[in-house]
This record gives sequence, structure tokens and C-alpha cells, in this order.
Amino acid sequence: MEPLPIQVTVNGRTYSAEVEPRLLLVHFLREVLNLTGTHIGCDTTSCGACTVLWNGRPVKSCTVLAVQVDGGEILTVEGLEGEGQLHPVQEGFWEEHGLQCGFCTPGMMMTAVALLNENPDPTEEEIRKAISGNLCRCTGYVNIVKAIQYAARKMREGMSVHAGGV
Amino acid sequence: MAARAVHGIGVPVKRKEDPRFIRGKGTYVDDIKLPGMLVMDIVRSPYAHARIKRIDVSKALAMPGVIDVITGEELAKANLAWMPTLMGDRQMVLPTDRVVYYAQEVAAVIATDRYRAADAVLAVEVEYEPLPPVLNPFDALKPDAPLVRPDREQKSNHIWHWEAGDKEKTDRIFHEAEVVVAQDLYIPRIHVASIETCGCVANYDPVTDKLTIWMTSQAPHAHRTVFSLVTGIPEHKIRIISPDIGGGFGGKVPVYPGYVIATYATLKHKKPIKWIEDRSENLQADSFARDYHIHAELAATRDGKIRGLRVRVVADHGAFDAAANPSRFPAGLFSVCTGSYDMQAAHIQVDGVYTTKPPGGVAYRCSFRVTEAVHTIERMVDILADELGMDPAEIRFKNFVQPHQFPYKSPTGWEYDSGNYPAALQKALETIGYQELRREQAERRARGELMGIGISTFTEIVGAGPSHTFDILGIKMFDSAEIRVHPTGAVIVRIGVQTQGQGHETTFAQIVAEELGIPVEYITVEHGDTDTAPYGLGTYASRSTPTAGAATAVAARKIREKARLIAAHLLEVSPDDLEWKDYAFRVKGAPDRHKTMQEIAFAAYTNFPLGLEPGLEAECYYDPPNLTFPFGAYVCVVDIDRGTGQVKIREFLAVDDCGTIINPMIVEGQIHGGLTMGMAAALLEEIVYDENGTMLTGTFMDYLLPTAVETPHWKTAKTITPSPHHPLGAKGVGESPTIGAPPALVNAVVDALSHLGVRHIDIPITPAKVYRILQEKGVAE
Ligand code: FES
Ligand code: FES
Repeated sequence: MEPLPIQVTVNGRTYSAEVEPRLLLVHFLREVLNLTGTHIGCDTTSCGACTVLWNGRPVKSCTVLAVQVDGGEILTVEGLEGEGQLHPVQEGFWEEHGLQCGFCTPGMMMTAVALLNENPDPTEEEIRKAISGNLCRCTGYVNIVKAIQYAARKMREGMSVHAGGV
Repeated sequence: MAARAVHGIGVPVKRKEDPRFIRGKGTYVDDIKLPGMLVMDIVRSPYAHARIKRIDVSKALAMPGVIDVITGEELAKANLAWMPTLMGDRQMVLPTDRVVYYAQEVAAVIATDRYRAADAVLAVEVEYEPLPPVLNPFDALKPDAPLVRPDREQKSNHIWHWEAGDKEKTDRIFHEAEVVVAQDLYIPRIHVASIETCGCVANYDPVTDKLTIWMTSQAPHAHRTVFSLVTGIPEHKIRIISPDIGGGFGGKVPVYPGYVIATYATLKHKKPIKWIEDRSENLQADSFARDYHIHAELAATRDGKIRGLRVRVVADHGAFDAAANPSRFPAGLFSVCTGSYDMQAAHIQVDGVYTTKPPGGVAYRCSFRVTEAVHTIERMVDILADELGMDPAEIRFKNFVQPHQFPYKSPTGWEYDSGNYPAALQKALETIGYQELRREQAERRARGELMGIGISTFTEIVGAGPSHTFDILGIKMFDSAEIRVHPTGAVIVRIGVQTQGQGHETTFAQIVAEELGIPVEYITVEHGDTDTAPYGLGTYASRSTPTAGAATAVAARKIREKARLIAAHLLEVSPDDLEWKDYAFRVKGAPDRHKTMQEIAFAAYTNFPLGLEPGLEAECYYDPPNLTFPFGAYVCVVDIDRGTGQVKIREFLAVDDCGTIINPMIVEGQIHGGLTMGMAAALLEEIVYDENGTMLTGTFMDYLLPTAVETPHWKTAKTITPSPHHPLGAKGVGESPTIGAPPALVNAVVDALSHLGVRHIDIPITPAKVYRILQEKGVAE
């Protein structure tokens, strides 16, 4: 198959590459860009270990072709931290022991980021539903829920501080 | 200085490993990329049992990017077509003439990248002559059953027979018993399905003549020894690195054929070879847990005192006995199945059997078959209660081994180290409001609603194990730690066990912090690299804290004893005049005159007493005197939907006792995770084969892991009964919940249906299974 040219912005940096049309986005990220924080845990779009944000929406990057995201913007776990400051979701996972082996964690955190961008104050049930496409075999989810609640609190506080500070 | 200041034992220290994981900077095996690396992919059998008539690799070899196709015939020339298993059996690496399970490895393609390798797998032509499959162990034992393993001298599918306990005494008790209950229980085949699959990067460097293998291994040292024995490469020329591991749960203890083929390929091509299995390969062909067909009987008096237990098991081990049990325990620690109850006698018989299924018998987050043991006794106690019309809590209180009986010698020969079973159950019942729940249940029942309360009061057995009884392939099951205190008082600790998410880098640092009074942030823990870590048997069966945790404490205490001499020198007093208090050596009666470990460390390199060896380091190879016996009392409440058969867990309370707790946050996390895997086994997971032996549950679409939606909000509580023989009093915790949760859940579901005459349901208790029962009993909506 003839390679096709693509241009894609990943974590704020724009890359141009020639890729086989069948190359999966997750392999593009991991093997072409060496961004190995995005993991692979299945081959049936079930586990969510590969979740990244594509133009702000969470997608399972094992089920997206690299050529599809041509011209788009991708955010991976490596792009969460801003200027040496952990994203509140990263902080929450650390504070609340939301990870054990860490393998599901990047995908789980990306789903959480997408949720909180849309719903800054989710209930436990809404959180559980939002992450139901991300499997974790280690934690039993209780602390993942707490981690996302922690991040939600922190982000709301941040917003109000910001709003009040204008 | 308080424990909190050094972040020692008992403090919920945030994990030291997390900063890399939350940034996506962990290094898992698939993240390793070496120059010139090739990729391996595997051709697998579409049949459960077949003769291989022909393998034609020519089309595959002609494809772009394909470097090689390796077959069993080629491996046979290198004497590598078979390998030993950790259980003393042998297993095919690649077959030369026949396959014995669905998805068995048949050939391996080496190519420049994973897409080309996958293309070539499809182009390898294999001609099979199907043979009849043997799919359950009872059929396998029939005289006319097809032979699964004609390579063996013994021409039957029977592998071994194993017994524990006193047959004569047990039979006599049953003969005289007032009440006997009996039940068949099947614990199906399940799969650990860690979210990271298995794989390796094997790299032979011809210049240094050294073989390095990054491998998803729970036991890198044991694997190094096996690799050396299999390949004949001297052990110092093999380095196994188990980097960050994405969950293990027992599935990363065995040596899989893929590791061996990749190693052969790197030796042949002198290039790094990466092999990462995909999820279907992982679910279809990696080792399995359980598959135990159990017949159990309990003898008791009419007023509910248990007298004896008799158990007969037929164990389906698949085509190769590739379990990783200690060598004297082919049925693992199953004989601990008298559980938390004092009885006069027990007799256990287990027969291992070959079938045309992938190797079985590895653990699923469980210390060598203790899950099967606990399931058996906790179900049988409930069945006895039902027979006698007793409350399941009452019958337990009546039969518990009492606190004053410890150390308690069980009828099958185990010596339980410590416990207080009534206290744990009492706490669980009070916390959950048991009496109130029973009242509510009666009311709901009167309204036709199905509510159940389930209890399990289990005893776990972990920390394998004492060298007089425990070894794997002859290697004794000690574990190790090595501690070096640098001149500035910073520390590196290296241990023989290997984390797969349990948080060793934090927990083991806390042990050293506590023992040496050095803050945890100055302590680095390293493991998983056989070139640097001391020899150990690895992490599984909840053995890390009982074995390597003890080794770490003992090594730290050796350092402290040397430090005492240096402190005495610095303070110009006799060592006997010093006491270790509040994390420093202090002059007795003048506690302000003291030296901290940091000060002592500096002196160990700059100003040590004449005649004393400079430096400050120690190691310990710890041979535990006994196993440890954590325990717990779990209570759960379920509601059953009469319209769908769905079991809804309303509440689940786990009271665990794992002795001294090093990091309560990590312990609680372990319990949450273990409960979830226990629930998975009880309600969701089962590996299913069709009549041809084809696996029907080879993806996450069919093999259902619990998501956040099915998983309840676990509640936990604790009692603390330290182990008397462990230097820290700690016992290990990672697996207690996985073994304790399934019977609690089954007991709850059966309890909800007991008034309809239901006494037992085999796991997994799926909605379909429950709905059929509701239909049969005429209560389905
Ligand atoms: S890898 Fe499992 S959903 Fe993408
Ligand atoms: S932390 Fe291991 S899979 Fe989620």
C-alpha cells in the first residue's frame, strides 16, 4: 500500500509524516512519534488503554487510522502536564491512589479529562459511566472515582479563583 | 521524630512510582525500542487436537519485510522444541508433529515490523489432520480416551494423584457422623487478563556474548535460571529485566513459548527481537487458573459442630502441567481447605488430568489453589447451616478456631500462625448491621422480593515459603534484600521480588525508613533486573511482604547493629550504653546525646572505628520459618431482579486482617482490586470451549472483565493480629480479597433463593443462570 502524507498536531507540536493507510493511530503515536504513554490492551476496542483526545473528544486510538486524523489535533497523556504543573487529573490519581500497575492509567486519565471538560461536577454514577469503556484490572475503580472527584474539585476551585481574580 | 516524619510503617505515603506513570513515562516491555529490532508474530492452531501434516513457509518467506519463519522442526535441531515447565512437566515450544490445544503456537514469523509480521502469519500454510479433542477430565480418564500426551512414558491422561490429611480417621468420623452434607462444586477455567499482555524483547549481543531479555516476568531470577538450563547459556551471560509490569496476577509466572522462540531468534539473527502477544493470544493460549471439579462432604453433629471434611478433586490441567506450584504441592495449598474451622479430621484427594486445552493450574491472584480451598469450605459451611436450619454467622462462631488455639495445627498439617476469627466476624456483623439486615430480608421475602446476605470468613495462606517444604524446580523459596547506605545517608534497596503494581518501591522504602530512621524520600528501591537485584523467587502468592519484606527488615537491622558500633565510637561510649529510640542511637539516660543514621552513615565512610570494616551495607536471604495466615470476614448484601436474573450488589464490607500494615493506602487499594477480581470470578468470568475445543471467549467482547459500572463501592475495615514469626508482624494481603469475595457473593445469592430450595449455584452466577433458576422455581417475572 502506498504511504500517504499526513499532518497532525500532537500535544501542541505539528508533525508531518508519510504513513501506510492501514497504520493505526496508536501505532503512529507509539512507534513513529515514540509517545509510548498511550498503551494497547486489546484488539476489540474494549479496554480503553489507548484512549487519547482527538479534537478534544476521547477516542480509542487503536480504532482510528492515522490517516483519519490528518489535519487534526491529538492530546495524549504526555501532553497533560503544563509548564511543570501536573494536570488536576494527574494530581488526583496520585493523591487518591487511583493507579497500581499504571497500565490503564493514561487512557483512564484522558477519559477523565474529557469528562471534566464537559461536566465539571459529575456524580459518582456519572463518573462510573464515563469510564466504563476503560478497563482497570488492579484498582477496583473506587480510588479512580475518588481521583476524578479530586480533580473535579480542584478544577472548579481553580476556575472560581480565576473568575474571582479577574 | 514520629513515624510520620520518616514516612515509616503505618503511614499512607503517596506512591514513589506514580510520578512516572501519571506522566506516561513508565517503561513497559512494549515501550522498549532497540536499533535494528525485528518483530515476531505467531502462527496458531485452529484445532484443539490435530496432527500436523505439512508446514509450508515459502509464501510467507517471499513476502516483503519477512526475515524468517521458525518451525518446530528447526527448534528440534537446537534441542528447543520442548521446554521444562516449572512443575517438572515438559511443554512444546513449537510442535513437530501435533498440536494439543486451540491457538497453540505452530510457527513464528520474524519480520521488520508488526504489520508485515502479521501479514506473513496469514501466509504460512499448515495442513492439519484433525484428531478428536478431549475437553473434560472425566472423559479424559476413560480407558478409550484419545491420548493427549503420547510423548510420555505413562500411556494415560492421568498426571498425578495427591493426598493430604488422615483418610482412616476421616472415614471413621463420617461413618459415625450425625449429619453429613455433600455437594459437587465446579470452579471454572478463568484467565487473569492483566491489561498488559505478555511479551519480551530478546537481544543477544555477539560482542559481549550476552543475552538480555526484557520480559513480562513476575519472577525474573527463576526465569533466568530456567533459560540458562534450557539454552545451555551460562547464567552470568543472561540478564533478565522485568521493567514496569502492567499487572501480573499469576499470569506472568510461567515461561511461555513466545519467550523461548524470541530468544532462539535473537541468537540466530543477532538482532533484537520483540514479541508482544495481542489480547486474543493472551486469552486463548496463556496459562489458566482453576478448572477444578470438586466433590466435598462435611460431617457434623446435629447441633452444628463440624467434625470432618472429605474432598475429592479432579483437576483439569490442560495439555501440559505448566502450573507454578511449589514442587511438593501439585495441587498447591489446596489442603488448607479446612479453613477457619476447628475439626478433628480431614482428607483431601486430588487427581491432575490432561485435556486438549491450554496449560491450566496457574494462579488467578491466589496463593496456589487457596481460592478453590476457601470456596469449598465456605460454601460447605453454608450448606451445612442450611441443612441444620442454623444462621450462617452462628455456625461460624460455633466452629471457629479460637484465639487461644494459635499457633493452630490444622488437620491437614498446616500451622496457622495467628488469628482472631470471632473478632473479625463480630466487627463485620456490627459494622454492616447484620440483625437489621436479616429483619429487612424477612420483610422483603414476605413481599416476594429476593434479597440475600452472604458471609465468608476465610483463612488465607501466603508467604511461600520455608525451605524445608517449599521449592520451585529445587530452588528454595526464600527471598532477599540488599541495602546500601551512602555516605550522605541516602539509601538504595534492592529486592528479589518484583512489583506488578503492588507498590514495592514505596512499601519497601517505608520498611527501611522505619528501621533506619531515614526519611522515605532518600530511599530508592530497585528490583526486576537480574544483573543487579539479589536472587529471589519473585512476586506471586502474596509472598513479597512475608518473604522479601522480612529480608528487608532483617538486612536493615544488620545495618543498625553496625551503626551502633560507629555511633558508640562517635559518642565515645560503649555500644551497650546506647539504645535505638526515636530513630536515633541515644546514650541511655542522656537521650539528647545521640547520633542519627545520616550522621553515622557519613562516619562509616569518613570516621569509622579502627578495626571495623568501612561502609554501611547489608544483605539478607530470608528463609521464613513458616507461612503467614491472613484472614478476613466479608459480608455482602445482594438484591436479585426477578425480571432479569441480575444480581445487584447493594453493599459489600470486607474486614481484613493482614497483620501489621506497612502502608494503609496501598493495602486498601490491594483489597479493592482483589475484591473486584473476586467479584469477576463469582459473577462474570468463564473461559468456554465449544465441542471442538475452540475457545469461545477469546476476546474482551466475550470474556467480561468488570467495568466501573458493575463494580460496587467497596467498603473496608480491619483488625490487626500480627504474625508472631515475621520480623514486622506483617502477613501479605494482595490476594485475600480475591479468595474471600467469591464465596461471600455466592452465599448471598444462594441465601436470597434458599427459601425456594436452592442450595448451591456454580460460579459464575450470570443473569442467565439465575433467571433459569427463577423460571424453574416459578418466581421469574
Ligand atoms: S487497545 Fe483496547 S480499546 Fe484500544
Ligand atoms: S492500574 Fe493496573 S490496570 Fe489499572
